[in-house]
Amino acid sequence: MSYQFDFSFLYDYWPDLLAGMRLTIGLSVLSILFGFIFGSACAIARVHGGKTLRTIVGCYVDLVRNTPLVVQAFWLFFGMASMGLKIGAFWAAIITLVINVGAYTTEIIRAGLESIPRGQKEAADCLALRRWQVILYIELPQAVERVYPALVSQFILMMLATSIMSQISVEELTGAAYGIQSMTFRGFEVYVVVAVIYLVLSWLTRTMFEVIARIAFTRRRLRTPL
Amino acid sequence: MTALVTFKDVHKSYGTLPVLKGVSLTVPEGRVVALIGRSGSGKSTALRCINGLETIQSGTLEVCGRKLHEANCDLRHLRMEVGIVFQSYNLFPHLTVEQNVTLAPRLTGKASQAEAHEIARKVLEQVGLAEKAKAYPEQLSGGQQQRVAIARSLAMQPRVILFDEVTSALDPELTAEVLKTIEQLAQSGMTMVLVTHEMSFARRVADEIIFMHQGVVWETGDGSMFDNPQTPELRQFVGSGL
Ligand SMILES: Nc1ncnc2c1ncn2[C@@H]1O[C@H](COP(=O)(O)OP(=O)(O)O)[C@@H](O)[C@H]1O
Ligand SMILES: [Mg+2]
Repeated sequence: MSYQFDFSFLYDYWPDLLAGMRLTIGLSVLSILFGFIFGSACAIARVHGGKTLRTIVGCYVDLVRNTPLVVQAFWLFFGMASMGLKIGAFWAAIITLVINVGAYTTEIIRAGLESIPRGQKEAADCLALRRWQVILYIELPQAVERVYPALVSQFILMMLATSIMSQISVEELTGAAYGIQSMTFRGFEVYVVVAVIYLVLSWLTRTMFEVIARIAFTRRRLRTPL
Repeated sequence: MTALVTFKDVHKSYGTLPVLKGVSLTVPEGRVVALIGRSGSGKSTALRCINGLETIQSGTLEVCGRKLHEANCDLRHLRMEVGIVFQSYNLFPHLTVEQNVTLAPRLTGKASQAEAHEIARKVLEQVGLAEKAKAYPEQLSGGQQQRVAIARSLAMQPRVILFDEVTSALDPELTAEVLKTIEQLAQSGMTMVLVTHEMSFARRVADEIIFMHQGVVWETGDGSMFDNPQTPELRQFVGSGL
């Protein structure tokens, strides 16, 4: 038990960690953004679509939620390559993450849509709004507001799950850390630093979504003034 | 005088439960018609048929020149001409009072952004809530919320407005302010169908009172029908202290 902690070597590898961090942030931002849009569309299809559409979305959600992310990533990355589609590891990772977070988002927003009182849709119908207008202006905004905390938790989980993409050679933060570890054999120090970075990123994500909420859900400001 | 609403022998059931059993009535333009009767007598159902929230099974129903008994009736255009106010307000909680009022005129293409703004100012003034334009529904009392709901209906410049027991959820003082708003609307010549439990109000404001019983129009008259009921059912209804 005479392990000497030494963080000084990290100074030389700092650029690698920074590059990894940038990749993690890029993966997270893109997949949260597109996952949210895709998930919202699927939730609307699940609630308002015809029988066929509802079944298809239901199968998609079940399939994604009952298989490991890493398997989905391999399946997409190698599967596409074997079909002759060369899209590169980064975009394979993005697609995997969007499909993955989209499935969870679908279920969360669906719960929100289903919790909206019937009177809201009825009132909107009676004001001669079109079906898509009722969904877009009345149901979806209220649904998202209702399930917002659950959505944010899911998005943070997804930010942390980007670490799995090192498995398909995307050198994000965890991948970069593994590289440094294998060159320096100082795994403990490297992963302590990486854990702290993830912690900070989670905190930043949470804060950012709190700011978005304050802008998007104006009436919230009434209840909880800054 | 043209009739805006005409029921002829309308039948409607929910599953196997018959609710309207041959209703015939007309609402002439510019008139206020009150629907009264025991709970469960089919008043709300009749009202909801008028703007197509419920479909009828037989008979004919014409509203603003549209035949609702025909399958291809364009409900969206019908609803541009028929407003409805519910007992539970059903304001959109995520929108301000002004946004609640301007949403439908803007989205249906009835008004531009600027026109909608002007409409909102006018109708909110009409219900006495001009100063609440930027408030959210949850910041208002029940009576104020119901007046916003009335303004929201007015903003579409409907030819007829339906009211379904709009004061039933309110305290007496709040009831008074909402009834005053409705009375002013009546005086301005708006065509209205009121389902109400406020008998003295119906008597004062309505041009015609329709007593419904067991899914049919049982007795019709003006305010004096309360003093001189022609049927034992109305006598009993009036006598039950309402
Ligand atoms: N959506 C519905 N489904 C099934 N039954 C209903 C529905 N709405 C109303 N009813 C029934 O129809 C009858 C008449 O209801 P309603 O028109 O609301 O009467 P009122 O407004 O006069 O109290 C009642 O027996 C009620 O239980
Ligand atoms: Mg009723």
